[in-house]
Amino acid sequence: MWRRLFATVPAFRAQKAPCRSFKSSRRSDKDVFEEVEDQFRAFRKKAVKAMPGSDWSPFELTPGLPPERADVVIIGGGVVGWSIAYWIKRKERTRGALRVVVVEKDPTYSQASTVLSCGGIRQQFSLKENILLSLESADFLRNINKHLWVTNEDPVDLQFNHSGYLFLASEKSAHVMEENYSTQRYAGAKVVLLSPSQLKERFPWMNTEGVALASLGLENEGWFDPWSLLNAFRRKALSMGVYQCFGEVTGFRYSTQIAEVAEGDFVDFRRIKCVNVRMPNSLEYQPVECPVVVNAAGANSGKIAAMLGIGLGPEESVSGIPFPVEPRKRFAYVVHCPDGPGLDTPFLIDYSGVYLRREGLGGNYIAGMSPEETEEPDISNLDVDHEFFQEKVWHHLAHRIPAFEKLKVSSAWAGFYDYNTFDQNGILGLHPLVANMYFATGFSGHGLQQSPAVGRAIAELILDRGYKTIDLSAFGIKRIIKKKPILERNIV
Amino acid sequence: MAAPLVRHAMRRCLAHNCAVTVRRGLRSGATPSVFTRLLLKLDHYFYDVESFLYLKEWWKTKVVKFQNKYFGYVQKRYGAQIGAAYYILAIKGSFRFAGQSQWFRPDSTGMFSFMRSPHGQIEEVDLSGTLINLNGLGNLISQNKLKTLSLRGCPEVDDWFLARLHVFRDSLVELDLSDCTHVTVGGLAALQNLRKLKRLDISGLPRLQCPGLVRILLEEMLPHCQVIGVESEQGMIQPERQEPTDIDDASTQSGLRRS
Repeated sequence: MWRRLFATVPAFRAQKAPCRSFKSSRRSDKDVFEEVEDQFRAFRKKAVKAMPGSDWSPFELTPGLPPERADVVIIGGGVVGWSIAYWIKRKERTRGALRVVVVEKDPTYSQASTVLSCGGIRQQFSLKENILLSLESADFLRNINKHLWVTNEDPVDLQFNHSGYLFLASEKSAHVMEENYSTQRYAGAKVVLLSPSQLKERFPWMNTEGVALASLGLENEGWFDPWSLLNAFRRKALSMGVYQCFGEVTGFRYSTQIAEVAEGDFVDFRRIKCVNVRMPNSLEYQPVECPVVVNAAGANSGKIAAMLGIGLGPEESVSGIPFPVEPRKRFAYVVHCPDGPGLDTPFLIDYSGVYLRREGLGGNYIAGMSPEETEEPDISNLDVDHEFFQEKVWHHLAHRIPAFEKLKVSSAWAGFYDYNTFDQNGILGLHPLVANMYFATGFSGHGLQQSPAVGRAIAELILDRGYKTIDLSAFGIKRIIKKKPILERNIV
Repeated sequence: MAAPLVRHAMRRCLAHNCAVTVRRGLRSGATPSVFTRLLLKLDHYFYDVESFLYLKEWWKTKVVKFQNKYFGYVQKRYGAQIGAAYYILAIKGSFRFAGQSQWFRPDSTGMFSFMRSPHGQIEEVDLSGTLINLNGLGNLISQNKLKTLSLRGCPEVDDWFLARLHVFRDSLVELDLSDCTHVTVGGLAALQNLRKLKRLDISGLPRLQCPGLVRILLEEMLPHCQVIGVESEQGMIQPERQEPTDIDDASTQSGLRRS
């Protein structure tokens, strides 16, 4: 405005150097009042931004930080972690009474065992606790929409195939299978034993040479989509108010007390005060103060346990016993066989260790095998070893199902088992050296099928201070300290 | 320490601002309708509205649960046969004993009587249109001579129910699953246990993507069974043009072109 007044005075105008204007448009002919109004409008826009209610903030807040204080921090956002979060929220007495935070390292779940799993569920175990866990989980999956349905969302569809598991036993292991059969029937699983002739009549595409006995699951066994289950748990837990945080747990802040063990030596008894959660691609971390921490980190649980000094003490003492969970790589191969068995293919598990299940209706199958202890593949990456299929898996597959002599491997992937090197069974409960960390890991390939029941068990431990539905004290860490393994004889 | 407090305050302000903006937006126009005002009011009572919506689901679940309860007293007092028969009639199904041609079903008022006539094993059961589910099947497990089971149009029959039908694997000859909306291929795979099955009706199953392919696979799985209700071409992608016939081939080869 002043510039215009300035320019109207001839004396001032003359002082402007004569030059051509480079603008193609004329100067706008707004009068004074319009210009004042323009300026008022600009001022109002700026003022609205400064008022409370706008999203401008003088502080630069990192998005996605976890809350500073929480009641339960669950390390690991796989199916077990989210199941625990859901059950804790379901069992809390007042709505919003507990603040639960689930910390997951990788938002894409690229290396998570849950989504890389074949998705099978079976009750054919040798331990009563495993059978009960699996039965309860099947019961949960049967009524999944009663448990995990969220208002206005689509119902959960797990694409459950009820084809059952078929275990084959050779002469050597037939007696083990019979003992397991009676345990399974006693615990409530619906299983039937088949002789080789019955097997041949039932599954004519199978070569029954070398098979002494087979056991087939009739009900509550089959496979489903693990990603659907994970998302169902996650969606329901988020709708109940669980906080989700993407970050990595890099350490803990804990207080230490010296405790005397029965044998007379002293160990450090730790109580976690804070969990340090580091943001992805950043050095920034947020310490989350919490009274209870749950370790459901799957293959990385050993690393988390080591951050608390478990296993780093002198070898003879309790604190020298390392947490026995480590990642083990397993391969799954998708094969296409046009002449293969049809809709009646169960989840076949041969006594040589090879397993096979149908995938879809187009003649595709998923096959794999557990390698020998001495030939464990390298765990630094998830690269697939195709030689393993050619040399080990195919030979056994073709022997058992002759149609598989002609097949084509369409694709393959690798995933980690959270392998319990001690006895291949889950580890649930508190550690004697840490006051407030609950473990729910070490399932060695069965985490997915036991996750709903395990989630409930841990929620009962935390909130009811003891197991209420299934007594899983046999899976406590005490057995590791006392060196008394409870072996599961039906590990795949 | 101050940052989350400020963040919390901002979150509250944002939530308040949403409501305020709506009201501001409304204020600029005409007065809001009764419906919009009601929605804004309900916005304050989210959990109550959610519980109210759950009521409908709760009531449906209650009705289904009631229809599928286990008649423990009848089973214990009168035996498994009478227990099963009583249950079938109580949920408005019908059945026929082995060796007899009379069908027992409840009349229009829901009354039934079958105790006076001689009874034996139940051979044919018709549960069409009933609310039977997996739990209700527990009443019928003892019927090991069951030959025909009709589940036409049962809304609660799903894959888990089919998986439990293995209890009839030594006797079931005919199974009718038409119009059961929740049945999928995963459940039909469980029918592999019914080795004596001779007739299977799978018409009207909306969740089967390729009914024709499923029929072929079922016939392969149960070689003695006739699968009805589905045409072989159902669910297949039809070719867009017709393939040239032999006559056409010959004419094109000889240089003649069809107009």
